[in-house]
Amino acid sequence: MNKIAFTTSGHDLKAELDPRFGRAQFFLVYDLQQNSIQIIDNKQSRSAAQGAGIQAAEIVARAGVDALVTGHCGPKAFRALSAAGVAVYNCDAMKIEEALEALKSGSLQRASSADVEGHW
Amino acid sequence: MAIRIAVASGKGGTGKTTVSLNLAARFGEPVQLADCDVEEPNDNLFLKCEHLASSEVVMLTPQVNKDLCTGCGACGEICQFRGIISLGSKAIVFPELCHGCGGCFRVCPTGAISETPHQIGKISIGQSGNIRLVEGRLEVGVSLVPPVIRAVREQLLEDMPAILDAPPGTSCPVVATLRDCDYVLMVTDPTPFGLHDLKLAVAMVRELGLPCGVVVNRAGDDRVGLYRFCEEQNLPVLLSIPDDRLIAEVVSRGGLVADALPEYGLMFSELSEKLKKRVRPTGGKP
Repeated sequence: MNKIAFTTSGHDLKAELDPRFGRAQFFLVYDLQQNSIQIIDNKQSRSAAQGAGIQAAEIVARAGVDALVTGHCGPKAFRALSAAGVAVYNCDAMKIEEALEALKSGSLQRASSADVEGHW
Repeated sequence: MAIRIAVASGKGGTGKTTVSLNLAARFGEPVQLADCDVEEPNDNLFLKCEHLASSEVVMLTPQVNKDLCTGCGACGEICQFRGIISLGSKAIVFPELCHGCGGCFRVCPTGAISETPHQIGKISIGQSGNIRLVEGRLEVGVSLVPPVIRAVREQLLEDMPAILDAPPGTSCPVVATLRDCDYVLMVTDPTPFGLHDLKLAVAMVRELGLPCGVVVNRAGDDRVGLYRFCEEQNLPVLLSIPDDRLIAEVVSRGGLVADALPEYGLMFSELSEKLKKRVRPTGGKP
């Protein structure tokens, strides 16, 4: 695993993990090799009338991530992420750094399906 | 080409359905009633046509032949609605987001995409006395309203007058209903919301270049200056329906006001005569 996307409304690892994926404010992409972070604005998906989850999946896939850590992921987003080869991890941690630790320690299970209905 | 009269409102719950149904019931000749409020059609709750001839409204959505798809992403680039995407892999389709434009089908360089029908709605046609009902009904989970409304209009017979019961508001579904009609009857009520939304609806109708008149429902004290607005805007008030509890009782039981309360039946006959004098077919599409 090289790059991981986290949903958030902040700009660093101390920021909160946003439970929403499609309409999250930003994606924080953490590079495990470089130990660096990149912030991607999810504005385009937030302003979409429909298909925000698919749009967001496209954004994180194009950022070259292998995994996504978020609160919940709906069916369309999950299908798009799976097609792009992005592993999804549902996590109820409050902060990104906690979620990152949980992922590194292996306590997060890779999701095998969407965990919520669309527009949850 | 017979006349097409749309009944619209702006504000919801002003009485479009009541006016459409009772106008149709007192039209004095065979008439068509098109229920274009396809998200919640309710004209047949009152007409109670039992034998409805139904047909599907379909839209063509893409289907991907995985053997031919190279994952080039051209389809996803042209799609504005995320109905099809390809993220460095074989394209995947989300039919519920597709708007049926056919763009992906055309840009695919390997011919991997074919078009297959996807049901978005249903049309039901029935007869109740002099009224030929054409009802459109959107499938649950579908948000493409205008194509279903256009499908309703395609079922209208050219040589029989038609009353089109529009959805509320001033957005695409209303425009799809009003376009190419000969006259718009706007139903409103003397409330701040009624007047506010009437102004929006009048602006929309003028943009479409259609003549229009007003029906004031639940008329009583005009505290908001509705009649003054109509006068200033040269909008003829063709009918004022009093705020009468008896009307509400009849409607709540699924009855037709024109049949149950003869004095109001007369009012709708007069409205129909006024409209026939005013409205001339412009030769637009049905």
